[in-house]
Amino acid sequence: MNWEVVIGLETHAQLQTKSKIFSGSSIAFGAEPNVQANAIDIALPGVLPVLNREAVVCAIKFGLAVGASIAPRSVFARKNYFYPDLPKGYQISQFEIPVVQGGGLAIRVGEQEKFVHLTRAHLEEDAGKSLHEDFHGKSGIDLNRAGTPLLEIVTEPDMRSSLEAVAYARALHALVQWIGICDGNMQEGSFRCDANVSVRPLGQKEFGTRREIKNLNSFRFMQQAIDYEVQWQINEITEGRAIRQATVLFDPDTGETRAMRSKEDAHDYRYFPDPDLLPLEIGADWIAEVNAGLPELPQVMQARFQAEYELSAYDAAILTASRAMADYYVAAVAIAGAANGKAVANWIMGELAARLNRNDMEVAASPISAAQLAGLIQRIADHTISNNIAKIVFEALWNGEGGGQANAADEIIEKQGLKQITDTGAIEKIIDEVLATNQKSVDEFRAGKEKAFNALVGQAMKATRGKANPQQVNDLLKKKLGG
Amino acid sequence: MSDLINASLRELSTALAAKKVSAAELAALFLDRIDRLNPGLNAFIALDRDKTLAQAKAADAALAAGSGGPLTGIPLAHKDIFCTKGWRTSCGSRMLENFIAPYDACVVEKLNAAGMVTLGKLNMDEFAMGSSNETSYFGPVKNPWDPTRVPGGSSGGSAATIAARLAPAATGTDTGGSIRQPAALCGLTGLKPTYGVVSRYGMIAFASSLDQAGPMAKSAEDCALLLNTMAGFDTRDSTSLERAAEDYARDLEKPLQGLRIGLPTEFFGDGMDADVRAAVETALAEYRKLGATTVEVTLPNSGLSVPAYYVIAPAEASSNLSRFDGVRYGYRAPDYGDLNDMYSKSRAQGFGAEVKRRILIGTYVLSHGYYDAYYLKAQKIRRLIAADFQKAFESCDVIMGPTSPSVAFAFGTKSADPVQMYLSDIYTISTNLAGLPGMSLPCGFGANHMPVGLQIIGSWFGEAKMLQAAHQYQKATDWHTQMPGGMQ
Repeated sequence: MNWEVVIGLETHAQLQTKSKIFSGSSIAFGAEPNVQANAIDIALPGVLPVLNREAVVCAIKFGLAVGASIAPRSVFARKNYFYPDLPKGYQISQFEIPVVQGGGLAIRVGEQEKFVHLTRAHLEEDAGKSLHEDFHGKSGIDLNRAGTPLLEIVTEPDMRSSLEAVAYARALHALVQWIGICDGNMQEGSFRCDANVSVRPLGQKEFGTRREIKNLNSFRFMQQAIDYEVQWQINEITEGRAIRQATVLFDPDTGETRAMRSKEDAHDYRYFPDPDLLPLEIGADWIAEVNAGLPELPQVMQARFQAEYELSAYDAAILTASRAMADYYVAAVAIAGAANGKAVANWIMGELAARLNRNDMEVAASPISAAQLAGLIQRIADHTISNNIAKIVFEALWNGEGGGQANAADEIIEKQGLKQITDTGAIEKIIDEVLATNQKSVDEFRAGKEKAFNALVGQAMKATRGKANPQQVNDLLKKKLGG
Repeated sequence: MSDLINASLRELSTALAAKKVSAAELAALFLDRIDRLNPGLNAFIALDRDKTLAQAKAADAALAAGSGGPLTGIPLAHKDIFCTKGWRTSCGSRMLENFIAPYDACVVEKLNAAGMVTLGKLNMDEFAMGSSNETSYFGPVKNPWDPTRVPGGSSGGSAATIAARLAPAATGTDTGGSIRQPAALCGLTGLKPTYGVVSRYGMIAFASSLDQAGPMAKSAEDCALLLNTMAGFDTRDSTSLERAAEDYARDLEKPLQGLRIGLPTEFFGDGMDADVRAAVETALAEYRKLGATTVEVTLPNSGLSVPAYYVIAPAEASSNLSRFDGVRYGYRAPDYGDLNDMYSKSRAQGFGAEVKRRILIGTYVLSHGYYDAYYLKAQKIRRLIAADFQKAFESCDVIMGPTSPSVAFAFGTKSADPVQMYLSDIYTISTNLAGLPGMSLPCGFGANHMPVGLQIIGSWFGEAKMLQAAHQYQKATDWHTQMPGGMQ
C-alpha cells in the first residue's frame, strides 16, 4: 500500500524582548539559577502580571510578515496544571482568541514550491526548568526561564514529508530572525518545534490518528524523528495495531521515538480568561506603526533581486534564505554596483558558500567581509585581474591577507603582482618568444591541429604567470599565426 | 484617654499637630489596649511592638520636621491579606502560617508613605472565604458587642478591632461583602470602592475580578480620608484604573436636598429579619427628613447574584490558590511519597475545609464539559446584573437597603450549612459582580442590642456621593459613635 504522511508543526519562538512577558526580570540566557526570578516570576502571594508591550510588538511583526490578520481584541487565558517549574500553578497563554490568526509561509523543497498555512500564533509565557540530576533523589528548580515570552506558531496539517516539515521549520526559523523577534538559537531553546505526525493510505480523506513529537531542537533531529515515527506508524498499522494518540519524545542516541504519556492521562487544563489581565486591544494605528518599522520581507526582497539584478528565482531564494545572507549580498552589491549583481550572487553562492560549508561556518562569520568580496569582484569587472587570478586573491582574502580593510583585494593584487597584463606591446613580445621556442606546435597548428593553438595560449599564459589578458593573447596569437 | 480612642482621624491629626499627643504615645495607647483586650477578641494575629514604635517615632520626626500629612502618626491595622514587608502575612491560613512577606502591598505602601503607623495584622476568614470569621486557621474573632456572636467576615478582625477601639482604622477587602457585612455586624463604617480604584498589588487574591480593598473606620469622614490615600492608579495592577486623582471628601458637607435614593424591591422582600427592616426603615425616614427622596427601583436579576457569585468566585479562587503548592514557600507536609503526594498532602493539610470546598467547586465549574453551563452562564448573569444597576441609576443617585439580612449571629449557627452562610451576603454580592462601590454604616440596633448596618450602593465612581450621603446621616445621628460595653 502507498501511504501519505501528514504533518503539522507547532513552534515555540522565544521573543527577543529585554524583559519577561509579565514582569521586569531579564531574560538573558545562562545566568546562575533563579537570579532572574523576581516576586512575580516565583508567584509570591499578591503579585500580578503586567503585559510587556514589546512582546505584543513581536507578535504584530510576525503576523504582518506571514500575511495573517492581527486580532483587534485577543484574550489571555489561564492554562491550569500543577508542576514544580510552573510557579503560579497555571500558565498564562492565549486560548480561544489568539493575537495572530491565519497567514502562511512559502517553502521550497528542491525546485518545488509550496505554501504552508498557519492556523494561529499566540503569546504565552514559558515555564521554568526542572533539573533532575545532581540533587541526590530530589529535583532542582530554576525559574530564570519562567515568564520568558514565547510566540507559539501553529500550522495547518499541510506538510506531506519530513523534507517539507524541515523546509517549513527552516523558513520559519529564518523569518523570525529576519524580522528580529527571535534569535533562533536552537541549542539554547529559543526555537523549539513539536511535530504532529500521522499517516493514511494514499487517497483516504480522513486523517490518521496523530502522535506529537515534542521538543525537536535541531533540523536534523526533526527529520530523523519524523522519518522514524512515520515508519513506526506504518508498521503498526500494517501489523494490525491501531495508533493511539500520544505525546512522544525523540531520543537522538537511539534515533527512536517513544511515548511519554497517552491521551488517557491527558490534563484538563480548565482554561478561562485571566481576570488579572485586560483583553489585548490592538488598533490599526499600532499595526501601522509596527509595519513602518518592519524590514523588507524576504519574499519582497527576492522579487526585487530577480528584477534588479536579473537573478533566477532559485538564486534569489537562496540569497534571501536568511537575513544574514541577504544582508551580506545587499552590502556587497552596494559596493560592487548593481551591474555586478549577478557576479556577486555567483561568487557568494559559489566560492564563498563552498568555503563556508567546508568549514561549517555561517555567512555572518565569514572571514571575507562583503566589502572585501565586492572589492575583488570590481577588479574582475574592470579587467585588473582575470577570473582565474581572482581565485588566488579569494584564497588570500580567506586567509586574512591584504590588511583586513575593504581594499584588501587591491593590496593582495599589488603585493603579489597579480595585475593583468593588457599592454598589447608586452603581450606581443611574449607571443613572439613563445612562437620562436615552440616551432613544433606552430607546425602542428598550421597542419590543421586546433589543439596546438590551445597549447600555445597555455605557454603564453604560463610565461606571464597567468597575468596576461587571455582574450588579448587569443586575439594576438590568431593574428600572428593567420598573418 | 477615652477621647483619643473615640476620636476621629481628623481629631487625632489635630491632636498630633498640636503636640497634645505624640505618634509614639498614640501607638503605645492602642498597643496597650490590644494587649489587654485582644485575648478576648482574637482580632490581632501578628503584633510587633518594636516595629510599630519605630514607625511611630519616624512619624513623630516627620511631624516635628513639618513634613507630615493629615494621616501622619495615626495608627491603623492591616487585614492579614495585605503583604506587609517584614510582617507575617498568613491570610488566615495554615498554608502561610510562617510566610513573612518580602514586600508591601500597594495599599500598605501608600498608607506607610502617608505616615500611618501599623499596629499589627488582623485575623480574617481563611483566604477571605467566609462571612463569620469562623474559617480562620487562627480561630474565630469575637464580636465586641457580644463575644458569643460572630463579627462577620471575612474582614472580621478589622471590624472587631475598630468596634473595640483597638485601632482607629483598618484596611479590609471585599469580594462579596467582606468589608460591608462585618462593618454592619460590628457597628462601624466600611467602604468597598469601584473595582479598579484601589490597586490589588500585594493583596492576596481570592477572586481577582471581584476583590477590592477599602477602608474601615468609625465614620464616613474617616473612610473618605483613608480612601484618598489608598486610591490611585498603579502600573503593577493591570485592572487598576488610570483616572485623575479625586478628593473623596469634597462633597461631605453638602446637604442632601434633592438626593434621590433608589430602594430596590428585591432588597425589601421576605429575606431580611424584622429588626433589620425596622432599623433600615427608620434610617430612610431620617434621610427623607434630611431632604432626600426615595424611589422604588428594581434589580430583576439580583436573585441570581448568589448562584453566579458562587460559580465565578470559586472558579477564580481555584486557580489563584494553585500557587500554594508547597514547592517554593508556605506549608509543605512533613511526610510524603512522590510529587503528587507532596501536592495533595500539603494542600490537604495546609488549607481548611471552606477553602477546599471552594477549590473543588471552582475546579468543577471550569472543567471540560461544564465550563459553558456554569462559568460562561455565570458571566452572562453578571452582565445582566450590571445592566440592572445601570438602569436603576437612571432614576436615582444612590441605592439603599440592608447590608446583611440579620444582625450578628451566634458562633456555629451557620457554619454547618454553607448555603445558609453564603446567603449572609445576599445584599452585598451583586455590587461586586457589577464592580460598583458600596458601603455600610451603622443605623441602629436590632435584637439583643446588636448593630444593624445600612448599605449604600453608588454608581460607578460614585464614592464621593455615597460618602456625602453617609456623612450627612452621621451628622444627624449618633449610631456610629456608639461603643460596645466592656471595652473601656
